[in-house]
This record gives sequence, structure tokens and C-alpha cells, in this order.
Amino acid sequence: MDTKEIKFECRDCQVYYGDKHAIKDVSVDIEDKTVTAFIGPSGCGKSTFLRCLNRMNDTIDAARVMGGFLLDGEDIYDRRVDPVQLRAKVGMVFQRPNPFPKSIYDNVAYGPKIHGLAKNKAELDEIVERSLRRGAIWDEVKDRLDSPGTGLSGGQQQRLCIARAVATEPEVLLMDEPCSALDPIATAQVEELIDELRANYSVVIVTHSMQQAARVSQKTAFFHLGNLVEFGETGEIFTNPKDPRTESYITGRIG
Amino acid sequence: MPVLWIVLAVLGLGLIGYFVGRSRALGSAGGDIRQLHSLPSYYGWNAFMFTVVPSLIVLALWLLFAPTLIENRIAATLPQATLEQSGSTSLLMSEVRRAADALDLAVQQGTMDDAFSRNLRAEFTDVTGRLKATGSIITQDVTQPVLRAAQQYRVMSSTSNLIMSVLVVVLAVVGLIYALLRTNRDFRARNTVEIGIKSILILASSIAILTTLGIVLSMLFETANFFDQYPWQSFFFGTKWAPDFRGNSALGMLPLLWGTLYISTVALLVAVPIGLFAAIYLSEYAGPRLRAVAKPMIEILAGIPTIVYGLFALITVGPFLRDAIASPLGLGNNTNSVMTAGLVMGVMLIPFVSSLSDDIINAVPQSMRDGSFGLGATQSETIRQVVLPAALPGVVGAILLAASRAIGETMIVVMGAGAAAAQMDQGLGAIINPFQAMTTVTVKIVSQLTGDTDFASPETLVAFALGLTLFVITLGLNVLALIIVRKYREQYE
Repeated sequence: MDTKEIKFECRDCQVYYGDKHAIKDVSVDIEDKTVTAFIGPSGCGKSTFLRCLNRMNDTIDAARVMGGFLLDGEDIYDRRVDPVQLRAKVGMVFQRPNPFPKSIYDNVAYGPKIHGLAKNKAELDEIVERSLRRGAIWDEVKDRLDSPGTGLSGGQQQRLCIARAVATEPEVLLMDEPCSALDPIATAQVEELIDELRANYSVVIVTHSMQQAARVSQKTAFFHLGNLVEFGETGEIFTNPKDPRTESYITGRIG
Repeated sequence: MPVLWIVLAVLGLGLIGYFVGRSRALGSAGGDIRQLHSLPSYYGWNAFMFTVVPSLIVLALWLLFAPTLIENRIAATLPQATLEQSGSTSLLMSEVRRAADALDLAVQQGTMDDAFSRNLRAEFTDVTGRLKATGSIITQDVTQPVLRAAQQYRVMSSTSNLIMSVLVVVLAVVGLIYALLRTNRDFRARNTVEIGIKSILILASSIAILTTLGIVLSMLFETANFFDQYPWQSFFFGTKWAPDFRGNSALGMLPLLWGTLYISTVALLVAVPIGLFAAIYLSEYAGPRLRAVAKPMIEILAGIPTIVYGLFALITVGPFLRDAIASPLGLGNNTNSVMTAGLVMGVMLIPFVSSLSDDIINAVPQSMRDGSFGLGATQSETIRQVVLPAALPGVVGAILLAASRAIGETMIVVMGAGAAAAQMDQGLGAIINPFQAMTTVTVKIVSQLTGDTDFASPETLVAFALGLTLFVITLGLNVLALIIVRKYREQYE
């Protein structure tokens, strides 16, 4: 596999929740146009680390983040960086589908409206349609864009949330266990979608399912107790892990 | 037997039922709880219920209906001439009742013996004087027909009382025996108790509903009386409010309704933005420690009696508004004004809006906020476009609750805006000038009902028509709130 441009460069990252040292000395390089999976047992810090990448931890008072997070060579925790702007560049999809109590159209148009991406209604319509197509949900909702987003099924809601996230044209898409609340069919749809998104974005996905990590990702990082144990090509990690802890986890002996 | 003793006796029987039922159940299972269908205490409660409930229901019904029945029968025996003389049956019957009570008292105090009180005749003895001597209130001379009726009344009430006591106690005993006979290890006492608890809950909710119904009915009755004496067109569409107890009043509702709506609107214009913004700050921006202090402090406002707000309006806000705004601008020289009452009432309503809205905004799931922040929205964008729409049904409910309070408020209006109805015939300026004294429906209801007034004149009865109108308006507001809440609720998890 050829090496791609590095999108996110993380160096010696530490996160504290109050007194708890949640992330210890994590260094990881996330490539552009690649799906990177974070795996590990519950409470190992993978979600916490993911939330560092778009500064969502800022909204939690007790969290302190240290270390270097370089997005295209620029430190996102620098004083000059506006977290609000950053989050437009680094989109996020959450564990549970969380459509806003608005129409499907307004859900997708929310980000573009806030950031002024559309000059007029026609352009906004176009962005909404394009995003819904990218979210692989356009055909299901094109006739009822005015109905509430909360009325969709769980899988549709999650794809709507993905469409909502891509509508702001992010460069990186963070996904925090996007399929944990979905049934196998909806999961398959979302996974297919992730694979398509790889063409345009750098995708980082946190997952509990090792099969899912193996299916959708090219790179995999294994976290354990706040440490990054192993990081490398997905095939390599699953077939030939170097660290005994990784091996124990993927064979089901810990976690 | 006095009612209290009957109730105590029944409860005592119930208590016996509880313990006997419990031990019988245990006995039928040979002392092993696991053999029983239900826990022993359920058998006890079952016996208690069967003893107490039917007998107390009969007692309540008897107390409710027996006096009316007795009075009707007595009234039928009274000679026609006496009835005509006193003018109304109910007046005469209350006289009879007073005489009967006085006789009771006389016997109790020992000034008459029982046989004497029964054979007493008004022609021969100074009955009126002797009854007055007991300390009873006897307004008229007790005539022979009234005295006879009173004596009959005493006899019938005591018979009725006796029958009631016996019936109630017998019923309790029968219920007790029935429940105990059914108590064995297979009897499903737990399910019976469940039904009993459900009935209590149903009873509680129906009492609340029936009370509302009763209030409406009583008002409806008097309102109908009013419209018999005063044309409804002039009431609903009249623009002049000038009651005159010598008759010939103008009782147009519009000036009062306008005053109510105007003052309430000013109050809401003050309370809604301030309350809502305070709620948003407290729930979204303030830290937990500030919140823990600030929220109760705001709620203190809700605990201040409205009369104190009224004083504040009367001696502080009113003169200040007059000197600072109204006089310099030539808008009037009143300390009493719509503005004064509206502002002070608005302050009173702030906690209603803020406290409820704060709870509702807090109930919006954090995932909504995360979703919005994750798309690069700022905090205020998130609040405006995601949190408030999600909280809208509740916020509307809070505002309408405040509106109902504003419409029903009386004290602040009297002291802040005065008691003079809007002068609608003096041009638009007099109607919309917010520094004009004005008054509301509630204030006029009070002023029409207080004082020495004839309860059958339209000037008094208008209060009921006003009250009913007000009730319909607040009911309409509540229905509106329900519709809004229903319409938006589905959109939110």
C-alpha cells in the first residue's frame, strides 16, 4: 500500500479528567483519504482521544488536554485556532443518532447555513441534495424533505446525521461508534457509506466490533488503559499483531 | 350517636379486621408465608377495606341526602298560610331548623326536659323567650306551626340518626365477617388491595375534575340569572362600565377586558424575555455553583405575597414612572397606571417563566447540543436553533402559565393601576395611553361583590358573568397551550 499524505499528526498527547489520566503519551499519524479505526476495550480512552481531534472535550469542564495535535501542520489547540471553525473542518458523527427536532432538509442545511456555504436557496438545495446522496439516504427521503428527521428509522437517522456532517464539507470525519445503536442491515449500509466517504475524506472511526474495524479500515490503532498499544495496517494488526496485548484482545481473551 | 363516634367505631372494626385477617391467613397456611397467595398484611388490608369502605360510603351518602329528605317531608306538612306568610320555603325551613337546634340546646342545658320540649305549645308558653335564653339565634317569634314543625324535625332527625348508626355499624360487621370468611391461603388478597389502591387514585382525580365542573356550574347558574336581567349584547359589546346600585347601570365588559389584556400584555412583555434569558443563562452558561445559588434566589420572587408587590407598585414604581416619564412627556399625572401594574406584575412573573423554562431546557438531551457543536455551531447558535426549538412546547407552557397568572392577578392591579375602568368613550388616546389608570376584570369582580349589596341585582350578578368570561379565556389559553405542545412534541425524542 502506498503512503498517503498525513492529515493529523498527534504527538505525546495526554488527557486528564480531573485527576484521572485518561490518555497517556499517545502519538498517532492519521492519513488523508484513509479510514482509521480505533479499537480497544471500554474505558480505554479511544472515544476520549477521538473527541480531542475536534476539541469536543472543551465542552467538558473537567477535561484537560495536552500535547501536539497538528492538522495539516497547524496545532489545533493553539490560541489562534477557533474551536468553532475547527469543528466545521473536522466533522463528527455520534454513537446514537441525534437528528435535530427539525425537518430532514433543515437538519442537513443547518451546518451550511451557519457557515454561510450557500449564497442562495438554489445553492442550499444543491448542497442538501448532494449531502443526502453522499449519506446514501437521498432516495429514501427525497419525497419527504419537510417531515421531521426524528421520524426516520434508527439506521436512516444515522445516515441523516452523516449527511448532516458531510454537508459542511469537512476534511476529516470522526465517527464515535456510529453503528452501535443500529441493526445489522443498517450497519452494513453505514459501513458501505464509510467506504465511499474514504474517496474524499479522512475518516476516523471508533468501534467495539473488530469485524467492523477489519471490514472498513485501512489503519487500526489498538488502545488499552489509555495507552496506544499498537498502530499499523489493519491487515497486519489482525493477522500478525506484534504486542501480546493486541493479540489477546483480538482473539477475545481480554476486553 | 355523633358521627365522629360512628367513624371511630368503624375504623376500630377495620383495625380488628386487619389483625384477625392477617392471623387467619397465616393460620390457614400453617404459619408458612410461602404457602399463601399474598403476603399476610394484604389479607389484613383486604379485611380492613371490606369493613371500612362500604359502611363509610353509606354514612357519607346518608349525611348528604337525609337532611334534604327530612326537610322536604316537614315542608309538606306545614300549612299553606304559614308558607305564604314567610315568603319563601327555604327561609321558613331555616327558621324551623334554628328552632329545632334551640330546642336541642335547651334540653341539653337542662332548662327543659325532653317530654316538655316535645309537648311545648307556643300559645301557652313564652317559647321564643325561653329559646332565646339558651343563647340560640332566634330572629322571629316562634309561632305554633313553626314550633310543631321544629318538634317534628327533631323527632325525625333523631330517628334518622339512629337508623344510620345501626345501619353503618351493621354493614361494617357484615363486611368484616364476609372478608374473614373469604380469607384463606388461596384467596388473592393482593389483587383486591390493588383494586382498592386504584380506586383511591381514581377518586382523587375525579374529585379534582368534579370540583372544576362544580365551579363552572355554579357560575353558569348565576350568569344565567344575570342575563335574565341584563341584555347580553350590552354586556359583551358595551364600551361603558358604570355600575349604579340605584339601577340603570351600564355594564359593558369591553373596558374591563381591555384593561385585563393590556396590563397582562405589558406584564408578559417584561416577564417573558427576562425570564427566558435568565433561564438560558442559568441552564446553558452558568456553572453548577452559580446555578445552585441563583436559581433559588430567583424563585424567592415567586414567594413574595402579591400585596407586597402592590405596595412596591404604589409607593415606588408608580411615583417614579410619573415623575420620570409620564409628566415630562405630558402623558398624564397618575401614579396609578397600566405601566406601573404591568411592570411590577412582570417582575412577579419572572420566576414562573424562568424556573419552568430552565427545567425544560435542562431536559433537552445533551446529544442535541453535541450534534450542533460537532457541526461547528457556537453556543448561542446552538441555543437558538436547536435547544430552544426542542424545548419550545415546554417554554410555551411556561409562558401560558404566566399569562393565566397575569390575567387572574388582582392585588397588584388595584394598587398599581387603580380601580377605575378604562374610559373607552374618550377617544383612542385614553384607551392606549399606558400611563392612564385602568382596571381589570378581577378587580371589578371584587368591587361588585363586596359591600352591602342586594344579591339579586344585575350590579352584583355581573360579577359571575365576568368570572365566567375570565374562566373561558384562561381555559382557551390552556387549550391553545395543549395544541401547541401536541403539535411540536413529536419532533423530539
